Amino acid sequence: MSTLLEVDGVSVSFDGFRAINNLSIQIGEPELRAVIGPNGAGKTTFMDIITGKTKPDEGRVTWGDRNISLLGMSESEIAMEGIGRKFQKPTVFEDQTVRENLAMALRNPRGPFAVLFYKKTKEGGQRIEEIAAEIGLSDSLTRRAGELSHGQKQWLEIGMLLAQDPRLLLVDEPAAGMTTAERELTTDLLKRAAKTRAVVVVEHDMEFVRRLDCKVTVLHEGSVLAEGSLDHVTADQTVIDVYLGRQ
Amino acid sequence: MNKSFLIRNPSTLWFLLGLSIFTIVVTILSDAGLGIMSTSFVKTLGKTLCLCLIAVAMDVVWGYCGILSLGHFAFFGIGGYAVGMWLMYARTEGIVLDSLATQTIPPTAQEITDAIGNQIFGVVGSSEFPVIWAFSDSLFLQLLMVVLVPGLLALVFGWLAFRSRVTGVYLSILTQAMTLALALYLFQNDSGLRGNNGLSGLQNIPGFEDTPQSTISLAFFYASALAVALGYVLFAWVTSGKMGSVIKAIRDNESRVRFLGYHVESYKLFVFTITAVVAAIAGALYYPQAGIINPAEIAPIASIYLAVWVAIGGRGRLYGAVIGAAFVSLLSSWFTGGGAPAIPLGFYTIQWTDWWLVLLGVSFVAVTLYAPKGIGGLFDYLVRKPS
Repeated sequence: MSTLLEVDGVSVSFDGFRAINNLSIQIGEPELRAVIGPNGAGKTTFMDIITGKTKPDEGRVTWGDRNISLLGMSESEIAMEGIGRKFQKPTVFEDQTVRENLAMALRNPRGPFAVLFYKKTKEGGQRIEEIAAEIGLSDSLTRRAGELSHGQKQWLEIGMLLAQDPRLLLVDEPAAGMTTAERELTTDLLKRAAKTRAVVVVEHDMEFVRRLDCKVTVLHEGSVLAEGSLDHVTADQTVIDVYLGRQ
Repeated sequence: MNKSFLIRNPSTLWFLLGLSIFTIVVTILSDAGLGIMSTSFVKTLGKTLCLCLIAVAMDVVWGYCGILSLGHFAFFGIGGYAVGMWLMYARTEGIVLDSLATQTIPPTAQEITDAIGNQIFGVVGSSEFPVIWAFSDSLFLQLLMVVLVPGLLALVFGWLAFRSRVTGVYLSILTQAMTLALALYLFQNDSGLRGNNGLSGLQNIPGFEDTPQSTISLAFFYASALAVALGYVLFAWVTSGKMGSVIKAIRDNESRVRFLGYHVESYKLFVFTITAVVAAIAGALYYPQAGIINPAEIAPIASIYLAVWVAIGGRGRLYGAVIGAAFVSLLSSWFTGGGAPAIPLGFYTIQWTDWWLVLLGVSFVAVTLYAPKGIGGLFDYLVRKPS
């Protein structure tokens, strides 16, 4: 396992509030990592920084084998580097079909003219079928994404991430609002994806994290409080005090 | 663009069929056929087709890509000015040469240029040709201007606006400011485009002095119909397939598209510019039929009307824009032209010339609130998909 993403000493403030405070995290490839922490711990801001939505005040974010810096790159450039992001609220394009949603995410040239003259290919169609099978939406390819259930939308969004074929998947609260059965499927999906790539899951739900059965990073007030197996961090006294103790 | 594209989009074929039938019917009714339809009405229909074309462009930029531009009529106007400059120059040149031909001493080139300048710019107290008229003696170059000037303006303006991530209502205000600035500039006498007089006599096509207006009007009507057909097919193609997917996705959730790796600004710039160019072509066909263009045509209200047509016709479907533009603009000329009878209420008489705008405003609000799909939405009842 080699280091794919290195966040080093990153801080960011919003109007004087330090959302991220000297945060350092390394993600390997392949790896499944869960990031947990109470509300306001900086989980979403952490993702915003990696994906280029928020620029940090200080620190470094380096990526890949050549250790290039992600700071100063635009969202679309970072996405093309191989970082896919799933938002907390499922954001699929509801007006379009499942197939169209997946086709848009497929790894293909992204320039306007390449897209304008884009021709459907057999490989592309096959890849869409594969992904649809993976996320359990094979029968729904021609349905409008807006008609899907909440859980299916979450899966479609994960499917769109897989279609991008990223090296790192950032997944924000995938289990929110899902039934128990749906959660199990989601866990399997993420575990399978993490066999070949890095997957970072931000989650509130301890039960879900336990099922992921992976290394856990606990964030608190914008920095890392503890890191290790779930049993290890839940046994940590500071973690119990700031997070688990509240429950 | 291949055969399967048209087959996959039956609404485009239906539209082309309807347009062809309409063109044939107008030909039969016009002076070329039965002579029932007046020349001025043929011109009105030709102009309406041009308005339909700009409405289709507006639908692509607003209905499909979510950019509520309140500046597309400025591009329409620039197209009209660009072609109008050649029309005015060439026609004035013809008149000047005729009148100087009787002189015993042949006039020098400078004298001819001065005489033309005097004829054109005398009304704003000048006889000098401004720099922007440098190509006005060449039809080809002025036609190039029809495309290049609005294209470049849209490209530069769009690049600055989209790069700064100006979106939503702020972008609308910005486009409106651009339109207003352009109109105010053109209103000035020293703008080089005859101030509030604008360009006139555009219905007289140089080289066709002996051709009756009934023939010219029909020729422009055909040209407008062809432009609508080509523009419609072009935009139907752009908004179909993967490009259509991406621009609709930008409309619905711009930042999500960014995280998919698409450079959203390039797409917006592409759509903004291509629609601006088509709007300019529509303008270049419209004003020779209208006969006159002046800065009031470019005023922001025109671009707002454009948005109203598209909203009433139905956003996000190209034929909706065509229906909206044709329906509202023809209805508008009927009401404001005194076609609608006044309604006496005893204590007050409703004069439609005054009340039409109120009616239009109320319909706009009603459509937005109660029928967001517009008139075009009615077609959904015709072709109900088995669910």
